[in-house]
Amino acid sequence: MKKIKEVFRNILSKIAIFYQGKISPILNKIGYKLTHNIIIHVSHSEVVFFSKFKMKMTRKRRSAFYGFLFISLWLIGYLIFSLYPVIHSLFLSLTRAFYNIQTGIQTEYIGFVNYLNIFRSQTLLPLYINYFVKMLISVPILIVFSMIIAMLINQPIKGKGIWRTIFFLPVVISSGPIISELMAQGATSLPSFTDNQILDYLSNNVGSWLANPIESLLNSLLFVLWYAGVPILVFLASLQKIDKSVYEASSIDGASPWDNFWKITLPSIKPFIIVNIIYIVVSMSLFAETGGILDLAKVHMISGTQDSKMWFGYGYSAAMTWIYFFLMVIVIGIFAGLLSIKKKER
Amino acid sequence: MGKSKEFNTKLKKVLFGLNFVDGLLYKLVIYTLLISFSYIYLYPLLYMITNSFMGSSDLINDGVKWIPTHIELTNYKQAWVVLDIKKSFISTFWYVLKVSVLSTASTALIGYGFAKFEFPLKKLLFVLMLITFILPTQVTMSSNILIIRKLGLVSTQGAMIYPALLGQGLNAAIFILIFYQFFKTLPTVLSESAEIDGANEMKIFTKIALPLAIPSIVIVFLFSFVWYWNETYITGLFTGDATTLPLKLLSFKASYAELFPPGSSGAALNEGVVLAGNMLVILPLLIIYFIGQKNFTESIDRTGITGE
Repeated sequence: MKKIKEVFRNILSKIAIFYQGKISPILNKIGYKLTHNIIIHVSHSEVVFFSKFKMKMTRKRRSAFYGFLFISLWLIGYLIFSLYPVIHSLFLSLTRAFYNIQTGIQTEYIGFVNYLNIFRSQTLLPLYINYFVKMLISVPILIVFSMIIAMLINQPIKGKGIWRTIFFLPVVISSGPIISELMAQGATSLPSFTDNQILDYLSNNVGSWLANPIESLLNSLLFVLWYAGVPILVFLASLQKIDKSVYEASSIDGASPWDNFWKITLPSIKPFIIVNIIYIVVSMSLFAETGGILDLAKVHMISGTQDSKMWFGYGYSAAMTWIYFFLMVIVIGIFAGLLSIKKKER
Repeated sequence: MGKSKEFNTKLKKVLFGLNFVDGLLYKLVIYTLLISFSYIYLYPLLYMITNSFMGSSDLINDGVKWIPTHIELTNYKQAWVVLDIKKSFISTFWYVLKVSVLSTASTALIGYGFAKFEFPLKKLLFVLMLITFILPTQVTMSSNILIIRKLGLVSTQGAMIYPALLGQGLNAAIFILIFYQFFKTLPTVLSESAEIDGANEMKIFTKIALPLAIPSIVIVFLFSFVWYWNETYITGLFTGDATTLPLKLLSFKASYAELFPPGSSGAALNEGVVLAGNMLVILPLLIIYFIGQKNFTESIDRTGITGE
């Protein structure tokens, strides 16, 4: 084991040396060429375009120039790969659209009829409401749970590596095709949770009105916890960034662990709470469970034809997913708002 | 009377410690919590491991739940042959390594750009970036395929590589967000002092910001490696041919029937073989993480000291 570690460390240090010696100068040269060429020549006080037109370089302009330089990769990629699909799907949601083998997608502009039809629909509206309630309940549970786990495995415990690998498992398992295989064989739910004597006892004595919600909560709770892998790691990384000496200083001043958590730990990992909220909401929403909204949208898209009374084609499914999208934004907005309110109180 | 008081204080010291954190009670609570939580995630893995070693008689037998009566290695041998591990492992590994390195590098650049510079339309662009992440891929898929086809990238690895290079890869927005938050916490004093010493922005990025952001780089690289490794929907659509291991896993049953036609020896496909295939697919990821996490945490410790 030690040998493997040593080999790995050697490789890493070699990579670091290679990076310092070879890649870093190349990157520097590329960066230099980007700011010192025929079209544009940047010096500290002024910018020269085509070696003729001069422009004063203020601090604001400099920052804007370099900002656009750094995100230029993303801008190009966005214009090529992402802008058109977004606009196209928004356009599709305002039309009656069907797939035709000869002509591609046929569209006919109908305005907001698709959206109105969704609000009239008896099957879809409850699904949206269910989704909304589920998100509002499970996101705080997940955030608190992953924060607790991250703080636990950040403690000085024995076998850190093993614990950390265990809590990396959900990332590996839940993102791959393995999860469906395991779900099919019933390995993702614990038998001790589902055949619980207490639930039987409850439903026999109190009635199913209390036992059923508890059972569904327990079942979905276990499933929800599979999304905790990424948040745990993000929290762990942000916890590691906190300087240990801050804790020492505060404990000398007589702060309890409880105070430490609220005054030091929470404020310093706060920026990552919003990252995790966005990740959790998106990843939970984008999991296409059978009978869910996304699944229905797919069916509408694939089996929709001109004369169909059941499935309404591309436009309808696009409108469905856009409403879904707005709900996601609202959920994220609610939690982001809650976080910022807390900040103002301090 | 005095003795019992002394005993009481001693008991308190052992149970709660001097600062509560170093007491026995606290440790007990931590380990019970960890063990009970990790059981949730370990259960499927244990199930996979034990069942992948079971022969068909054990799988049918209700009495055998956790410990197989004899260890069946043919499951792994068959899965090895069906998945064609020797050839497909290397090709999958190279492809995933390429894409995830590119994705990590580009998102680091973009995250730095968003975090450190003020420029017009910044907020709008940031929101647009988040929108591409939040919008379900199902709705943009059809026009995405059109674009890929127009660029002539269908059925090549380029269909995955170019978006990754341009910061539009798999879950790239969350990586940009992680980098954004990490670079935001870097003190501006560092970059300012480097600027005074005459470094240009590119140099500040490569020499100061990147080495300090190693924990976030490792985290993003690990995530993108795992996600690209496990991604089957988009990879299957764009790159076309079943090259990656998880894609092969999806067509496991068909290729099994091809290699072991009905009637030949070992023709009956049982759960054990499928689970053995699953284990072979996720094993590399677990090994990479287990080796990497030690380094990952150490580099974070170092950053904590030098960061301020």
